Amino acid sequence: MVEQVAQMIVHGEAWTVKDLFVLPNEYVYWSIQIVMYPYMTGLVAGAFVLSSLYHVFNVEKLKEIARYALVFSFALLPVAMMPLMLHLMQPLRGIHVLMTPHFTSAISAFGIVFMTYAFIVAAEIWFVYRKFIVESVHRLNNKQDRSGLESLLLPIYKIISLGAMDLSKEALDSDHKAVKFLAGLGIPVACFLHGYAGFIFGSVKANALWMTPLMPVIFICSAVVSGIALCIVSYYIFMEMRKWAAKRGKNWLLPDALAQGGTAIPVEQLRSIQEHEVKMTSKYLLIFMTAALTLEILDMIFRGYTAVKSWDALRMVIYEHDFMKIFVYQYGLGNFLPFLLLLVPGLTTRRAVIASILVLFGVFMMRWNVVIGGQAFSLTFAGFMEYHLPIIPHDIETFKEGLGGMLSVIFAPFIIFYFLNMIFPAFMSDDEVH
Amino acid sequence: MKRRDFLKNTAVFVAGASVSVSALDFITPKELFAANPQLKWGFLVDTHKCVGCGFCVKACKTENDIPYEANVTRTWVERYVIKKDGDVVMDCPKGARDGYTTKLLDQNHSGMLLVPEDEIAQAFFVPKLCNHCTTPACVQVCPVGATYQTADGVVLVDRSWCIGCGYCIMGCPYGVRFFHPVEHVADKCTFCYHRISKGGDTACAQACPFDARQIGNLKDPNDPVAQTVLSQRVGVLRDEYGTKPNVYYIGLNKEVR
Repeated sequence: MVEQVAQMIVHGEAWTVKDLFVLPNEYVYWSIQIVMYPYMTGLVAGAFVLSSLYHVFNVEKLKEIARYALVFSFALLPVAMMPLMLHLMQPLRGIHVLMTPHFTSAISAFGIVFMTYAFIVAAEIWFVYRKFIVESVHRLNNKQDRSGLESLLLPIYKIISLGAMDLSKEALDSDHKAVKFLAGLGIPVACFLHGYAGFIFGSVKANALWMTPLMPVIFICSAVVSGIALCIVSYYIFMEMRKWAAKRGKNWLLPDALAQGGTAIPVEQLRSIQEHEVKMTSKYLLIFMTAALTLEILDMIFRGYTAVKSWDALRMVIYEHDFMKIFVYQYGLGNFLPFLLLLVPGLTTRRAVIASILVLFGVFMMRWNVVIGGQAFSLTFAGFMEYHLPIIPHDIETFKEGLGGMLSVIFAPFIIFYFLNMIFPAFMSDDEVH
Repeated sequence: MKRRDFLKNTAVFVAGASVSVSALDFITPKELFAANPQLKWGFLVDTHKCVGCGFCVKACKTENDIPYEANVTRTWVERYVIKKDGDVVMDCPKGARDGYTTKLLDQNHSGMLLVPEDEIAQAFFVPKLCNHCTTPACVQVCPVGATYQTADGVVLVDRSWCIGCGYCIMGCPYGVRFFHPVEHVADKCTFCYHRISKGGDTACAQACPFDARQIGNLKDPNDPVAQTVLSQRVGVLRDEYGTKPNVYYIGLNKEVR
């Protein structure tokens, strides 16, 4: 009986409240996981662009954070796919996108673009860390009494070294060249990966809010913004944790130290690196924020000025139903306030981090307002739909497309990063690594 | 064999093979089963005849195994009340499954609304269903090709291949698509393809007591639907999306969206 009743609940019904005239089949079908999807791919792309600023354009000041951003981008990569899998009604069939891609669909290219990008990032990490990998193989091989973790790492390093054990100067130089090439190639691919996520929305002609050619560009700019902001915030938090752990010898918080032995960096040095990197990076954050904001406001002005048929409904959504979410949360707290915080002279690390947290929130709200806001009105423009995020799940669907699913997606990259950091120490400070 | 020769021979073989293979004309199942240039399904709705009884919705749900209590439906009937001051009020409770038996208009979250009779300029019903567009947005956006167009113009969903991403639901400008509550894949009206391809009528057209719904072959000049579409003033829904719908309406108001 319970099952029968549960079957009668249509997908979307649990979190949609309809008002006035809405077509019978209309619900908020794309909910929190589709908010998370462009958010996560945006973070991947942004983190990668940040790392490329150092590798391609030789922005020497970003050296420390660049390596971290690259490894973190790799940790974020599998998580960009997670929201899609959680969203699909038939997750086991997700592979069909790769098996029978239907190329008139924007989603069909996902597998190809995503894989290309994943290979580029993986290859770049390999070239960056190749010297370290080879050295680790030698070091662990020569060690007499290996700990359990070290015995596990040795075969991993042996495998990922791919047998390329040459550490001559020529070999290292060509590594260097490869890194530069891949980082350069990665920028357009990262932008494509994310611009194309914007295209998925921008090309839906049935949706008055989404359909704009600006969408991919807006998505790219906000992606870079959020990626840089996340790198600042997470870099700061990890550094704080490392300082705290280094002082007290809590090695379980330092996965790389756990794996490679010893805490390499003294606390004082950690602090100066952290301050320097966070402040430098926030300058780039400002530049990209300006671009993102300009485009978003241009889009809004254009819609209001041209005021086509859909504008009546859109105006209701933008200025009334979602006023708080758009103007207070997204533009106010997420754009304007961090803008001020970053512009006021005498920038401190803490202020940059607070601004970055606000920026992350702002970009999240922007994704929310696009995805959920785009479904806030009926196709008839005569009614509205409100989305209520399921907090306490009562079945698998309300978990996946609710707070639980959202938090899983948010925490997954950090768990991956913890283990990835054992193999590729992202905070290593020796100059040997590129 | 030397490596150079091997590569050379391989290249020659591949080039030669691809030419000869391309010469073969593959017979697709589509051509085999449904190729009939004389057939293109179309639908005609006469809004003047519709009384909002909801029999079509009931019949459709029963025929096509759409759970009766579920708040989704392959076809539905909308009620329009146009007031003398120009305001338009619409409703469609449960897709009109139970027919319109009250003068109260269901405004969902805003509750029930009663428009006093002396304020009403005109009122009418509009049945809706999948438009089986000639250039369907849903087919274009399906990432795996699970939704497709048959040679005779009907748009269908392959339930065994749909991944349930919902892109087609978002892409449809008419809101005819939904997730089937039991199958968990995208679902929509099929023009009762299993019936019409055997010479039958659609369930909704058969259930309609007033002949407000009719299915026909748009390519047959003697077909009543084709004749009406050609000779009378008919309209289609939302042609601004460029989807070229194949459901035609007699008596379509500008208020209908």
